[in-house]
Amino acid sequence: MIIYFLRRLSIAAMILLGISFITYVLLFWVPADPVQQIAGRSATPETIANIRHQLGLDLPFYQQYGLYLGNLLQGDLGRSYIQKTNVSELIQSRLPASLLLMAASIVTELLIGLNMGILAAVKRGTFVDNLLMVVSFIGVSSPQFVVGILLLYVFAVQLEWFPIGGYGTFSHIVLPALTLGLLGAGWYARMMRSTMLDVLELDFIRTAKAKGLGKLRVIFRHAVPNALLPIIAMIGIDIGIFMSGIVVVESVFGWPGIGQLAWQAIQRVDIPIIMGVTLTASCAIVLGNLLADIIAFFIDPRIKLK
Amino acid sequence: MKNKLLISSLTTLVFSIGATNLVQAEEYKHGGSMIVTYKDDVSTLDPAIGYDWQNWAMIKSLFDALLDYEPGTTILKNDLADSYQISEDGLTYTFNLKSGVKFHNGRKMIAADVKYSLDRVTNPKTQSPGAGFFASIKGYDEVSSGAANGLSGIRVINDSKIEITLSRPDATFLHVMGLNFASIVPKEAVDQWGADFGKHPVGTGAFKLTEWTLGQRLVFTKNPDYYQAGVPYLDQITFEVGQAPIVALLRLERGEVDIAGDGIPPAKFLSIKNDPKFEGSIVEGSQLHTGYVTLNVKMKPFDNLKVRQAVNMAINKERIVRIINGRAVVANQPLPPLMPGYDKNYQGYSYDPEKAKSLLAEAGLQDGFTTELYVANTDPQPRIAQAIQQDLKDVGIKVVIKALAQANVIAAGGEEDQAPMIWSGGMAWIADFPDASNFYGPILGCAGAIKGGWNWSWYCNESIDARAIAADSMTDPADVEKREAAWRSIFTDIQNDAPWVPIFNEQRFTIRSSRLTGPDGVFVDPVHIPVHYDFIATKDGQ
Repeated sequence: MIIYFLRRLSIAAMILLGISFITYVLLFWVPADPVQQIAGRSATPETIANIRHQLGLDLPFYQQYGLYLGNLLQGDLGRSYIQKTNVSELIQSRLPASLLLMAASIVTELLIGLNMGILAAVKRGTFVDNLLMVVSFIGVSSPQFVVGILLLYVFAVQLEWFPIGGYGTFSHIVLPALTLGLLGAGWYARMMRSTMLDVLELDFIRTAKAKGLGKLRVIFRHAVPNALLPIIAMIGIDIGIFMSGIVVVESVFGWPGIGQLAWQAIQRVDIPIIMGVTLTASCAIVLGNLLADIIAFFIDPRIKLK
Repeated sequence: MKNKLLISSLTTLVFSIGATNLVQAEEYKHGGSMIVTYKDDVSTLDPAIGYDWQNWAMIKSLFDALLDYEPGTTILKNDLADSYQISEDGLTYTFNLKSGVKFHNGRKMIAADVKYSLDRVTNPKTQSPGAGFFASIKGYDEVSSGAANGLSGIRVINDSKIEITLSRPDATFLHVMGLNFASIVPKEAVDQWGADFGKHPVGTGAFKLTEWTLGQRLVFTKNPDYYQAGVPYLDQITFEVGQAPIVALLRLERGEVDIAGDGIPPAKFLSIKNDPKFEGSIVEGSQLHTGYVTLNVKMKPFDNLKVRQAVNMAINKERIVRIINGRAVVANQPLPPLMPGYDKNYQGYSYDPEKAKSLLAEAGLQDGFTTELYVANTDPQPRIAQAIQQDLKDVGIKVVIKALAQANVIAAGGEEDQAPMIWSGGMAWIADFPDASNFYGPILGCAGAIKGGWNWSWYCNESIDARAIAADSMTDPADVEKREAAWRSIFTDIQNDAPWVPIFNEQRFTIRSSRLTGPDGVFVDPVHIPVHYDFIATKDGQ
């Protein structure tokens, strides 16, 4: 178990190194000059040269990347070009908001998706089943910026049930979590339905029914736990989808997380922030997958960690 | 000519009296607070570094410089300077400072602070984007190259008097002393916070920063020790960041927000403007802005004057103004109407496709040609580019539109042989200070026609460069009219060479909640962009 864990961690470190290299190369080749963004329009050539030199942007690629890696190993993500603040400070101040949103979205998608899936499986072939599957299909295929604005308009502007964007209280989180969660809910509904159908065919369900157990007890005590395994693995993968989703959803709802930070930094070619957020998001994805594997191990001892 | 000058000086006079009355005549209630929203994080509040239109007015409310502008106008006035004298040769400025001005940390502001602040902004280690504005101060080159630590041209005479000597006459120098970059900062606070001074600003301004929660909000609180009695009106301003413009509008409609800092999204403009709910909530004003198409004179066929003139005549500017819902006025010269030196009588090139075709024929291009138009990819810029594309197609010019991220368009413009045409929308020049000189050097002068520069038409006319230097050497206050006339002819002569197609001058629209009041001018202040926070009040003082 411990060896498995350590090996996974070392692979994760290599993945992060690779991601940092690819991102850095891409940003190096972007045909936009960060110094020009910093210096603004009235800067003289001397000012531009001076800023370029002080930021080390006049060095060849391998030296720039080497310096970045060196600082990174010491835990220094650099200073934002535009915001003039330590990137780690910016990410630290925003990460809790993103994690909170992510947790709320996972709860939302599981609550909606699993229940839809179970209901569809139990009512297989009926109108309810068809309706739920159409709904899940819409959930999967709707772009999040459309869903977000739609929810805002209906529930915040027209009905005034929730605040229009912002951060702070429980009612602030409902709409963004729903926007992110609906997409996942669609996937989970479809997945849960098919695994449930498989499980419901199995012998022990027939035995449980034959024992005379109530219908609900058969479903929730015997069928659902056995259908959950693939879902747990899915949550790990989900974190990656969330990371791309929060860039859009946080911008729509004014949610002060790292997605919004990334979006602003991309527009202003603020390389240290783009690097920092990319690496943080990659860490989250890698760790999320690892965590999913470990949880699966504890839930189902039949799984062997290799 | 003389008559015209007299009239223009009279209008300036009337304008200035009108403006001062505007602020003083009506009494506004003190107290209360407001909420302003922005889409992006506030980058930095260090006056030596901050240089975007979001932090520009915020810095102006936290800090003061020696000079400033009358609220809502482009008229220079004393700020921390009580008075100043200019020597006969126009090279030495002696400033007497106001007494009893205190920094937010309680310490008295003295002349040594002025010297420190100017030394700091010009020091290469500060990385100030505005350092170049101070190039006319004696000793700038030594500081800029790292050979000296302070400007030799600045001498502290006593605590309330400072003398600044220039190395060359510079008629724009007083405007430079009114820029954010010339704000007075206390050394001890800069030393204490180092690179984080921009997050912990300490100035002498009407407001002080009392809270900054990264990514969420900033709170400005009234400075009770502010030297100007009765200013500011509000007790507190809360800036909420990370709010999309459309969300800000919805919240404003509900009364949760007082000013949508990013303005009205172009797509919503008409519906908001015609909505009776917002009647009286939208303030319109001019700004020192011109939107233009650059024609790269170093690239064929725009090296031919006739081709450039033809393009100027082929574009229907009225239609483009209609595309952006009338949020602009048609332009015919580089300078915007609000700028001293604008020529009201200049006709420019009027819309005449037939004449454009014959000019192209004279240039040997009767069969037309193919070229590229670079444009920023955010609405409404691509739509404007399409209108230009259609107009030019009618005279036989086939235009390929290159819609890219703003930073990439700027980079393309800074290369001598990359972008034959650029539509400046979203990146266009807005003057740093209300002086015609600021519309020349970087965008039409030889100094800007360099790799990475902003003179995207690469127009470099040495005789006009010489005339510009001559105009900026007229530092005698009595020469103001003469200087204005010199700039006027410089810009019309440039337009006769047609390196640009001036398209329109954008109007500014600020949307505010019904509980706010104040002189209209401060909501569309041409200098304190987007609004002059110090002079906004609430109707009920709440």
